[in-house]
Amino acid sequence: MSSLQEMKIATDGQNRPKTPIYLDYQATTPTDPRVVEAMLPYFTTHFGNPHSRNHAYGWEAEKAVEKARAQVASIIGTDEKEIIFTSGATESNNLALKGVAHFYKGKKNHLITVVTEHKCVLDSCRHLELEGFEVTYLPVKQNGLVDLEQLKAAIRPDTIIVSVMAVNNEIGVIQPLAEIGKICRERKVYFHTDAAQAVGKIPLNVDEMNIDLMSISGHKLYGPKGIGALYVRRKPRVRLEALIHGGGQERGMRSGTLPTPLCVGLGEACAIAQREMGAEAERLKGLRDRFYNKIRDKLPEVYLNGDLDSRIPGNLNLSFAYVEGEGLMMGIKDLAVSSGSACTSASLEPSYVLRALGVEEELAHTSLRIGLGRFTTEQDVDYAVEHIAQSVQRLRSMSPLWEMAQEGIDIKSIKWAEH
Amino acid sequence: MSNAIYMDANATTPPSASALAALEAASRVTGNPSSVHGFGRAARGLVDRARAQIAQLVGARAENVIFVAGGTEANNLALASRGLRPLIVSGIEHESVLKPAQAAGARILRIRRNGQVDLDDLTAALREAERPAFVSIMLANNETGVIQPVREAAELVHAAGGLLHCDASQTPGRIALDMSALGADFLSMSAHKMGGVLGVGALVLKSDLAIAPMLIGGGQEKFRRAGTENVPAIAAFGAAAEEARTLAHAPRLAALRDRLETQLVAFGIEALGKDAPRLPNTACVAVAGKSSETLVMALDLAGYAISAGSACSSGKVKPSPVALAMGYGEEIAKSAIRISLGWWNNEAEIDGLVARLADMTGRKVHTLPDMQPAA
Repeated sequence: MSSLQEMKIATDGQNRPKTPIYLDYQATTPTDPRVVEAMLPYFTTHFGNPHSRNHAYGWEAEKAVEKARAQVASIIGTDEKEIIFTSGATESNNLALKGVAHFYKGKKNHLITVVTEHKCVLDSCRHLELEGFEVTYLPVKQNGLVDLEQLKAAIRPDTIIVSVMAVNNEIGVIQPLAEIGKICRERKVYFHTDAAQAVGKIPLNVDEMNIDLMSISGHKLYGPKGIGALYVRRKPRVRLEALIHGGGQERGMRSGTLPTPLCVGLGEACAIAQREMGAEAERLKGLRDRFYNKIRDKLPEVYLNGDLDSRIPGNLNLSFAYVEGEGLMMGIKDLAVSSGSACTSASLEPSYVLRALGVEEELAHTSLRIGLGRFTTEQDVDYAVEHIAQSVQRLRSMSPLWEMAQEGIDIKSIKWAEH
Repeated sequence: MSNAIYMDANATTPPSASALAALEAASRVTGNPSSVHGFGRAARGLVDRARAQIAQLVGARAENVIFVAGGTEANNLALASRGLRPLIVSGIEHESVLKPAQAAGARILRIRRNGQVDLDDLTAALREAERPAFVSIMLANNETGVIQPVREAAELVHAAGGLLHCDASQTPGRIALDMSALGADFLSMSAHKMGGVLGVGALVLKSDLAIAPMLIGGGQEKFRRAGTENVPAIAAFGAAAEEARTLAHAPRLAALRDRLETQLVAFGIEALGKDAPRLPNTACVAVAGKSSETLVMALDLAGYAISAGSACSSGKVKPSPVALAMGYGEEIAKSAIRISLGWWNNEAEIDGLVARLADMTGRKVHTLPDMQPAA
């Protein structure tokens, strides 16, 4: 047990290595020590299977799971009857889209989503297209937000569901959820939102926003990996077909033994976020603005991708003109940042999200996603700014393009000789 | 706060010390295994290590281990990957095989009185099938612990050109587990039944067989199962697999189980499946005329946590489908209780349980209030 309690050191801000500095909070977040503390007894003393109905080990586990369910429900303004635990937001998104589409197969045939969604939404939609469903992929405006008029125009009599993410994982922009929800409710189509990046970061209320399904991830809000949730509205009732069948847990919508400690962790993470979100958002916005202002003071030709106002406080996505992306990443090895989503980060392709915004290929190649979070300090920010600025300046000093641009030559006007 | 003696290992086990240590160490690593920076690579390293440990336990190649959320998902994923092959499953499979199988109109195989699948019926089913089949037979049953003739089944299935899936959730650390020796093409594993933690399992492939992914988007697990890897749970799973290879507890568990069963049989209690090869830790016994629900509740009050069947379906008062499949009548099927032991149990606990059961059965049904309405 004593060694277990050391687990909390793992994520204790004080024991975090000074460098590299973790600035990739949209990829995953450290598990909050308080979350770890809440989970520990359910790995050891209360290890029971929550579906065991014949003994106290099972009842204790079940009680903990139900408490966690209520905590998850509370942060999105609903009650526990509408929360299903899953293995993560990827499963939640797969279940929401395929589950609802399969239930309506033969009756309705059309889905609407957005080109900047997470891969698991887009891939689920492509899969459904192979099954014969039709999908409209809405473009986004230059600021990354959905055009509501285009959404209205895309809804058809046979539209089953509209899926629009709450917060984009690369550029952090917040979609106009309440407006989208209103449109969907008026037109009597379901509204699903992938809120993996939003829960605990911005206030969400499924009733006020008319959200019918919402995907939630544990490890993006300082909870554990391997757990997520799907909100499924009961009134008006959302029907869906399960992806995983068996013991009939989660009201038949998702079979499999619930991982008690992970459920407890997600619940605690939601409870902490609900309590602290307001103050933490202020703090992060301060850090974010500090980062953005300082880097612009030090460097010209820095471009912010995505809207600044409708954006979570913990995200910046910046493009640095006249530097080469890989060189930049190599130059800032002390910083754990990403050039896009973690799931696609092994690929050297420029981000499809940035391309959807109309960001030029060169700039898309030099983008950095800077994710700030609960354990980020002012010192981290200052160090990171300094580090990036130096690296960009060094790369630019070696770049003939930068030299030409300084001399007033419009690079785009140059007709390059073909080789 | 429960201080009951836990004898429900087949529902879930507490994590082993080494699994907890691995969980603890992995929890220190913040990082998404898909991220290319150092934090991500550290997480990736933990996942890769566990993958190798699990592969070694079952004699497979590491790249053929697919991490999933648990045994249920592993079973669903295997069955979903059958393509156009007709489905044949044994009648005592876990619900995560039976439910999708029934939905797909699968041929259900008969079970012999000793608790093993009837291989003659398998031969017949393979012959009846219009094309090479996909067969699912568990390695050991969760209620009786009876080990199924998987190797013999595999020979029949392969001779007919089919594929064999084997749900091995109950077996790691209890009996030897070698995919090649078994002849299984797909193997399902669950971490929390073998000293790992809840929330992770694996589907292991014998070779580079095609998988029809259920969760897509993100490309993890070589595009066979999307979703950020559950790194700490996976690391604990790897450590548990490392321990399971030794089968260190198996002989002692068998001795405890035999001690329990011998005494119960002396009272005239029926032990289901005792004539077949079984897991060392599982006893499934029935006191004729005594409802299993009454018995498990009385035992819970007396400080023994056991179950009346699989955890997933417990709570619903119905006869054990496994006992029924074995050809027992309703009376026995409604009385079957499962005692499944783990490394934490000892002789004194066994003798205590025997004494309580002797009391309870000696005084007959009337002395205990029957808390369930007659079914």
